Amino acid sequence: MSSALPANLEKGTSLWKDARHRLFQNKLAVLGLLVIIFIFSACFIGGPIMHKMGIDPNKQDLSNQFSGPSSGHLLGTDQLGRDLLIRILDGGQISLLIAVLATCLTVSIGIVYGGIAGYVGGRLGNTMMRIVDGLLAMPFIIIVILFRELISARVEIAGLYLTDHWDWNRDLVIRFSNILPLLIAIAAFGWLTMSRIVRTSAASLAQQEFVEAARSLGLSHRRILFRHMLPNMLGPIIIYATLTIPSFILYEATLSFIGLGIEPPNSSWGTLIKEGANFLETKPAMIYYPSLVFSMTLFAFNFLGDGLRDALDPKAAKD
Amino acid sequence: MLRTILHRLLQTLIVVFVLVSFTFIAVRLIPGNPFADEKAMQPHLRERVAEPFGLNASYPEQFGLYWKNILTKGDFGLSTSLFGRSVNEIIAHSFPISLTLGIFAMIIALLIGIPSGVLAALRKNSMIDYGSMIFAMAGICVPAFVLGPLLQLWIARNFDSLNVAGWERPSDILLPAFTLGVGVAAYVARLTRGGMLDILSQDYIRTARAKGVPTFTILRRHALRPALLPTVTFLGPAFAAIITGSFVVETVFQVPGMGQHFITAVTSKDYFLLQGIVLFYGVLMGGANLLVDIALAAMNPRLREGS
Repeated sequence: MSSALPANLEKGTSLWKDARHRLFQNKLAVLGLLVIIFIFSACFIGGPIMHKMGIDPNKQDLSNQFSGPSSGHLLGTDQLGRDLLIRILDGGQISLLIAVLATCLTVSIGIVYGGIAGYVGGRLGNTMMRIVDGLLAMPFIIIVILFRELISARVEIAGLYLTDHWDWNRDLVIRFSNILPLLIAIAAFGWLTMSRIVRTSAASLAQQEFVEAARSLGLSHRRILFRHMLPNMLGPIIIYATLTIPSFILYEATLSFIGLGIEPPNSSWGTLIKEGANFLETKPAMIYYPSLVFSMTLFAFNFLGDGLRDALDPKAAKD
Repeated sequence: MLRTILHRLLQTLIVVFVLVSFTFIAVRLIPGNPFADEKAMQPHLRERVAEPFGLNASYPEQFGLYWKNILTKGDFGLSTSLFGRSVNEIIAHSFPISLTLGIFAMIIALLIGIPSGVLAALRKNSMIDYGSMIFAMAGICVPAFVLGPLLQLWIARNFDSLNVAGWERPSDILLPAFTLGVGVAAYVARLTRGGMLDILSQDYIRTARAKGVPTFTILRRHALRPALLPTVTFLGPAFAAIITGSFVVETVFQVPGMGQHFITAVTSKDYFLLQGIVLFYGVLMGGANLLVDIALAAMNPRLREGS
């Protein structure tokens, strides 16, 4: 059969190959991707290497406050003589971790909830989306703040209880119990838009012949939804997930900045910018460097997200 | 149209009720209580302090009493963190400040956002287009808590007529309003550009061009109104963004508005102040959305005929 085909027949390209090609044509998107890779490796590989080299983010050196760049401290030191660079990298770990994990959670919840609502449809599907609409009408930031306050003391108590029973590191548990509530609160109300997007795709896919065929073959609903429909919904999901990460980085930093998010001894880009704002006059570098890294990351994710939209969904890319 | 308004009013009522109930429950379930700051307060003393606030009753009773006082007397209760000042008084004092700031920010956002969006669309793929879209991206990626301190450092310190922070002189509104407005301007510019490009490619615009109508007249008479629909739709969410932004901007510039009170109310578990402010925000957002609905219907005849 295949030998009958002419040798010079063009190889068919898949949607994904096409999209990758279009994405790599987009210089801004490629630049964004490179910046993201750079910042992630700096925070998650460079940071630990600096720790190994003996640079401690919490080591105070009061004889060396607000010092300028030197061979020992590439970006200088802060108000307590701590190395600024390692603090930015460590803060980045927390900011990025929260944003990426919260995005993973919202994507998972959104796929399951929106997928079921779209696939089942009818009255149940409509009711499910009514609930989403109602929650979307709430002011996001206020709900997140209240919810975080509500769970944070409980998470800490639970963590300390567990520490007493298993041999966990008490310090780490206390640090983690500051991060976890913020992550949960953002994810708990961040999945709404994702579920709407998934629901729209799922509802239109559920009408198509291949789903009908799968159903008539007697496949289980779960298999139809996750094996047959999900791959066809990945485009919008990936685009929106990429744009969700920077918005979560922004929310984390906003909440930390107003003192309702990450707190010492933890640090994130939000808390670093807050400290920088306090020492604006004494050492402007303390706000310049964290803000620069922070804004660069947001730029990169937004450019990549826009590029992905143009690449994966050429119809939506009007301009 | 009437149906849209009624629908929006009903939605606002439900949202406000759910929001306040959630706040009511959340703030009472957070460990500690509003008087926890006074360390080692004797239980009987605490009860006497809690008495005038009606905090010794059961939660359902408190909940009923809270709504009863609001609906019958318009009384939002007493603040526990601000020495028993009434919540009505605090909101009456701080809301006008936040409102002025918000309106100024919105005006700045529209004054920057709409013209740059229109220009970008008219000169698509030109330097103006790229310039204003880069500006728009910067407005999104350089948030208020970065821009605010930078403006203090670069501008306020170099002009004697501007205070770095505070709320005493009329000029004190400039920097906070600009900081707050720029983020919104970015979205406005992007949406206006998108809407404008959409309309400019329509047949009736081409007809007008072919007839030789000057560009400015085309804009004024035919293109601007339909092109601004997405922008006007966005003004509802923009209002929410300004509330969020005011938390940050009021902190940076030391503006004694509602945003600052909200943050203090959360950290000091000030039951009534928190409930009152959240209720107020809910009503405001509902009102803003209602105005947007009406504006949309006024601008788009198709929406009016539909209902």
